[in-house]
This record gives sequence, C-alpha cells and structure tokens, in this order.
Amino acid sequence: MTTLGDYLTVSGVLFAIGFSGVLLRRNVIIIFMALELMLNAANLSLVAFSRFRLGDDGLPNYNAQVLVFFIITVAAAEVAVGLAIIVALYRARRTTHVEDINSLKF
Amino acid sequence: MPSFLFWLFAIVMLVFGAAVVINRNPIASALSLVVCFLGLSALFMSLDAFFIGIIQVLVYAGAVMVLFLFIIMLLDLRAEERRKLNWIAFGGGFLVAFSLLVQILAVIGSTRMAKQAFPPLASPQTDDVRSVGLVLFGNYNLPFQVIAVLILVATIGVIVLSKRQLR
Repeated sequence: MTTLGDYLTVSGVLFAIGFSGVLLRRNVIIIFMALELMLNAANLSLVAFSRFRLGDDGLPNYNAQVLVFFIITVAAAEVAVGLAIIVALYRARRTTHVEDINSLKF
Repeated sequence: MPSFLFWLFAIVMLVFGAAVVINRNPIASALSLVVCFLGLSALFMSLDAFFIGIIQVLVYAGAVMVLFLFIIMLLDLRAEERRKLNWIAFGGGFLVAFSLLVQILAVIGSTRMAKQAFPPLASPQTDDVRSVGLVLFGNYNLPFQVIAVLILVATIGVIVLSKRQLR
C-alpha cells in the first residue's frame, strides 16, 4: 500500500527539482517553468492531505481541493501576466538571459 | 491504486520534471513539462481527486503550456549557447536546493503520520465534482468572486503590458 509519506516524498522531490531550476538556470522562461513545478508540488501534498484526513462523512476533505482549485486559477493568471512581462522585457532588452539584466546589481 | 502504478506515474513525473531543468532547448523543456503535468494529474486521480486531475490537464497541460510554447515561438528562442559558468554560484545554488531536499525528507521521515496508509472512503463512488462545487459555492463563495476580479485585473494588466506605447 502507498502511504501518505510516499506522496509527500514525491511532492518534496518535485519541489526541490523546481527550486534547483529557479536557482541554477539562467533563462527567464525556464525559471518560470520551474516555478510552476514548485506550485504543482504544493498542490500534490495538499491533495494527499485532503485524501488522508477524511471528513465526518467519510469523504475526502474538500476544503483542500478548493484551495488547490484557487491555486491553479491564480497560477494561470500569474503565467499570463509573467509571460507578458517577459515579452515586454524582450522588446526592451533583446534577451531572456537573467545575467544580461543587471541594472539593479550593486 | 496499486502501488506499482503510483511509482510508475511518480517516476515518470519526476524524470520529466528533472528534464525541464536539464534541457537546454526551451521547447524540449516545455514539452517535458506537459508530460510532467500529465503524470501529476494521474497522481491526483489516484487520490480520488478526479475534478482536480481534470482541471490539471485542462488548465496546465492545455492552456498554460500552449501559452508557454506560443511565447517561445514569438520570441524565437533557440537552444542556449553555452556561457562561461560561474562555478561558485552553481555549486552554491545546488547546495541550497540539495539541503532543502534533505530537510524535507528528514521532516517526512520523522513524522509518525507519514507512515500510515490512506483510510478507505465511506463509499467507493465519490460524487467528486458535486462535492467540490458544493464547498466552492457554499463556504468559499466570496473568495470565488474575488478570484474572478483577479482574473479580470490580470487580463487588463496583460493588455496594458503588451501594448507598444501607452497613450
């Protein structure tokens, strides 16, 4: 049988993959995709907890699933805004490489 | 769900998730992300969250990834040329991510709850969409309306951002 820990482990590994992508990659679009991976890892652990802690009626705890629904909605809006910012950045600077965008660097 | 199916989908998801980070070509990364999301949706369905699984495929693998591919096409990105790597920054970033992973695994390993199997449902047939809808439109009606306003604001923001010059 799969336990709660199996799902949490998979979710933790996925989060770490996304986190390493944000830290190690230098392409803005790939960094953005790695952010999506981290959001989805959080979603997986939320759904696993919703299935683990059953409500009084013996059904999954649907509050967590509604939270996941909200996270997916906000993530979709965030992707739209973020990609528009990347397009505006590309128009201004002709690059998507974060090391070329260093006006704020001390 | 049988144990081997869980590990099959989990390993497929993690391998393609790692491929997102490792690939140098943005298009290959985006397509790996689609497969990763499909594996994740299978895991959601294994947890009896059918509605979330369907939404994952529709919104992420459908809409969001098309948006990513469209932007990659629009910017005409090619595989990154190799640049001089800052090895200290690379090693530091890898160390931070790895220590985060070790901490997460240590916390999961030390929790008693994590070793328990999932309790069986009251009835094997869950009316999943109906139950989510009742909670969503009952307890969470106000947040739902707020999310609708958020999407409207995001739409306006995208139009403002992508206009060439504002008058």
